[in-house]
Amino acid sequence: MSFAWAKQYEPKTPLTKWLDEKLPLPRLVYNAVGAGYPVPRNLNYMWNFGVLAGVCLVIQIVTGVVLAMHYAANEEVAFATVEHIMRNVNYGWMLRYAHANGASFFFIVVYLHIFRGLFYSSYKAPREMIWLLGVVIFLLMMATAFMGYVLPWGQMSFWGAQVITGLFSAIPFVGEGLQVWLLGGFSPGNAALNRFFSLHFLLPFVIAGVVILHIWALHIPGSSNPTGVEVKNESDTVPFHPYYTAKDGFGLGVFLILFTFMVFFLPNALGHPDNYIEANPLSTPAHIVPEWYFLPFYAILRAFTQDLTIPFLGITLIDAKLLGVIAMFGSILVWFFLPWLDKSPVRSGHYRPLFQKFFWFGLIPTMIVLMICGGAPAEEPYVVMSQIATAYYFMHFLVILPIISQIEVPKPLPFSITEAVLGSDDSAAAARTGSVGAGSKGDLPDASLQPAE
Amino acid sequence: MTIRLGGIIVGLAITAILVLWSLVPGLYNLAFGEAPEKAASYAFYEHPKAPEGGFAFDGPMGKWDVAQLQRGYQVYKEVCSACHGLKFVAFRNLRELGYTEAEVDAEAAAWTVPGIDPQTGETTTRPGTPTDQFPSPYPNAIAAAAANNNAIPPDLSLMTKAREDGSNYVYSLLSGYGEPDPEILAKHPDFETPVGLYFNKYFPTVNLAMAPPLVLDGQVTYADGTEATIPQMAEDVAAFLTWTAEPSLVQRKQTGWFVIAFLIFATSLAFLSYKQVWAGMKPKKK
Repeated sequence: MSFAWAKQYEPKTPLTKWLDEKLPLPRLVYNAVGAGYPVPRNLNYMWNFGVLAGVCLVIQIVTGVVLAMHYAANEEVAFATVEHIMRNVNYGWMLRYAHANGASFFFIVVYLHIFRGLFYSSYKAPREMIWLLGVVIFLLMMATAFMGYVLPWGQMSFWGAQVITGLFSAIPFVGEGLQVWLLGGFSPGNAALNRFFSLHFLLPFVIAGVVILHIWALHIPGSSNPTGVEVKNESDTVPFHPYYTAKDGFGLGVFLILFTFMVFFLPNALGHPDNYIEANPLSTPAHIVPEWYFLPFYAILRAFTQDLTIPFLGITLIDAKLLGVIAMFGSILVWFFLPWLDKSPVRSGHYRPLFQKFFWFGLIPTMIVLMICGGAPAEEPYVVMSQIATAYYFMHFLVILPIISQIEVPKPLPFSITEAVLGSDDSAAAARTGSVGAGSKGDLPDASLQPAE
Repeated sequence: MTIRLGGIIVGLAITAILVLWSLVPGLYNLAFGEAPEKAASYAFYEHPKAPEGGFAFDGPMGKWDVAQLQRGYQVYKEVCSACHGLKFVAFRNLRELGYTEAEVDAEAAAWTVPGIDPQTGETTTRPGTPTDQFPSPYPNAIAAAAANNNAIPPDLSLMTKAREDGSNYVYSLLSGYGEPDPEILAKHPDFETPVGLYFNKYFPTVNLAMAPPLVLDGQVTYADGTEATIPQMAEDVAAFLTWTAEPSLVQRKQTGWFVIAFLIFATSLAFLSYKQVWAGMKPKKK
């Protein structure tokens, strides 16, 4: 589905006509990313990160499949096979560093992509499904990255697995049995390592499938844009190819420069030295920390220091460990409800002054504080800081956003994307010449986009 | 509507539980409770220091100082290999240190590695060949602990990557044994180094089980005639261990220059194409 003025694919040669009849793949590509997909003309660089995320997935799969040819998931040899890759496999060091840093860059790109979605309210109708699929992709990424980090079987691999799989025992009644069943043993060992390798190989292809659904869901309404005003006319859009293939190509170049700089000059900067020590179940590291992209959630997990008790009666309702687990998973589950929590009819943060304040002075500092506290030892003042930040995090999504969306006075929206880009007189002229049926100067904006006043 | 109401209730509940049960007691403890006792070792600990002039492989244009690597290998062979293994390095890798094939064969044969008697099948030992990995000085972990006051000397292959600022750490640790600073000792009179441990301000808990391995200037007589002071030996073996941890370090940096130079060129072309494609679009008026 696309806009009425989208260019149509026209096969010219006998071969392309034959192909179009039997298996219209070129048509699919043309309509998805080619000249047949109109996109708002005013997208800024925050819209590059979706494509970059797809590129990161491809990099991870390609490097990962080649690494899997040389890696063995048995606790006796796993660490040694990774060293074999680093020392003996031709360019193995490059593959390994690209895969490890590729995971970090995948998360950097996806976090920027998510924050674009939060600021511009990309999750609102009609794009709720894209957002829900996106949260599913993020959960799959977290599972994949967690299991991937266990595979080298270093100290952090083992002890990180110990901590996170230990969380399952917090579930009442079924927790301990569930943990043993998942691990294939009482603590991470050969059984866990083998199944983590199997699942780590599988999940990226599941992610790829959900990404296809994610892009398909996007192409139904088409992309949003920085004004949040929906596309009305042909003059509001440009064909994806060549306009955004060119812009994304440039963005890809910048991304690759940053990525290869890390891979070739600072390959261990984002990792932990303890993971170059072979796993030793008898020796606990001084500080067990996950990779940086999990730090905010680790801080939320550790924020709950006391059980939930009924005071004076000494009855424990929920113990601290379970509270932490619920909050940690809950912090991502709240994102599923965003399309229904934030009911402001105005999408873009640019036109929502109160929302902007809470976004830049509330949510962003909170995420930074959570990340710092997640990497710090569980001592004061970090514990108190993480508790305040966790409280704000849940208040922001569950209490502040719904209230803001009711009471806020937004700024007036531009009539159309063309008006936002060109200014009102030119846009009216463009609308008259470019439109196909709708959108002349006297039209009222869509009622659903009227700011609540 | 119900979702928002439910959301507000859940949000307030989580915040209330967190603040009332965890945050308030925590703040109370912070304000009125006893300050947690910090171990005295924190006061004595110092971060690793770089050798004078840094290492030859430092920085984006780093290179191996092959002569230094050979000296470092000599220190490892004559001092460290008594207790520490190097299991991820093979004798054939020594070619990268500038030794010829004949020298590597001879070097390997000077080491004794575990083997199996080809006639009887009994475990025995034999001279090394280039395809062998460096042997461990102990047959297993129990033997290693028994010989070293219950502390197992770690394998050194990856030591400079397994510690923060590893190359400088190894250099500082080996050249940094000594007595505690008297000024700090005056503030922590209860501090002591238990019997069997040795004080070293660069070790995280400042008391470590390894006796100073480098005790004398000239402990090793370098083949190339360089004066073997303790800092010199420490620096050389730290450089050698950086090579064992990452033999591809220099190749990585050199490849990196080509890759980034190409990408800067390609990205510039991509940028110019992007500008040309969008040239027809009227710019934003603001």
